[in-house]
Amino acid sequence: MMGLPLEDIEIGKVHELGSYAFTRENVLSFARRFDPQPFHLDDNAAARGPFGRLAASGWHTAAAWMKCYIATNQVAEAKRRVEGKLCYTTRPSPGFDNLKWIKPVFPGDTINYRLTVTGKRDLASRPDLGMLFSRSEGFNQNGELVYSYEGKVLSAKQSNP
Amino acid sequence: MAGLLHFEDFQVGQVFPLGPYPVTREEVLDFAREFDPQDFHLDEEAANASVLGGLAASGWHTCAMLMRMIADGYLNRAAGMGSPGLSEVKWLKPVLVGETLTGTMTVLAARISKSRPEMGILDCRWDLFNDKHEKKLDQTGINFMRVRQP
Repeated sequence: MMGLPLEDIEIGKVHELGSYAFTRENVLSFARRFDPQPFHLDDNAAARGPFGRLAASGWHTAAAWMKCYIATNQVAEAKRRVEGKLCYTTRPSPGFDNLKWIKPVFPGDTINYRLTVTGKRDLASRPDLGMLFSRSEGFNQNGELVYSYEGKVLSAKQSNP
Repeated sequence: MAGLLHFEDFQVGQVFPLGPYPVTREEVLDFAREFDPQDFHLDEEAANASVLGGLAASGWHTCAMLMRMIADGYLNRAAGMGSPGLSEVKWLKPVLVGETLTGTMTVLAARISKSRPEMGILDCRWDLFNDKHEKKLDQTGINFMRVRQP
């Protein structure tokens, strides 16, 4: 993560990941492709639905986190390269826990994402890799927590640039 | 509304079939460009060289594909009220371009909300497989479903 070897990733550190603007166009485009429930697609149906108006698919909120995470990583990795430092990459993730869609996200909302490092673990089978644990959150423009989840990802150690 | 599936129509142990959903190259690339631009989701050579073993869908794309399968499978003929979240998602194996996904939703538990008697809470497990019946993903979480007669 951020080009760092697992040993240098600090538990408790908060990484700001930037923001994603939800628009009527991108909300409808995502919903048409992946989540065509009436309250994600149609204003009239949404007015009678659980959120009172058109809301983004929860998976759109989750995918936008990934977009922000990747962009932040790419900037951090580029900076390390400029400084002549090695870049350490994360590997595929085995999954995640406790994903919460706490409040609806509406067209016009901008969600700010951040990630807090919560732990790391060595792998008996792979001394060159470890598991990195984190908690991520999304806040809307009013500072309300709308989204959170606990991620885990395999990360390269110093011996494995 | 009357014709829609409601909370009472979901029985513990009941299994709903999902899919099929073909994983196309175009869709995998489009999703990766928009949300997850990592080499192993974008570039055939990088993908073949990676542990994923071929051009693979973003894990978030796999979740989105499952969502579409859920909507088409039962949710769009049900009085769904959204979801507060998921307890666990396991990306067990990479989902590769050219595979066709099928799946199931199993009702694990069902109860009516104490604070909102018009709303039922379904604990669900969703399993996703490829054509060879290799399990690709398992997901557990909650679907809120309107109660027909609160």
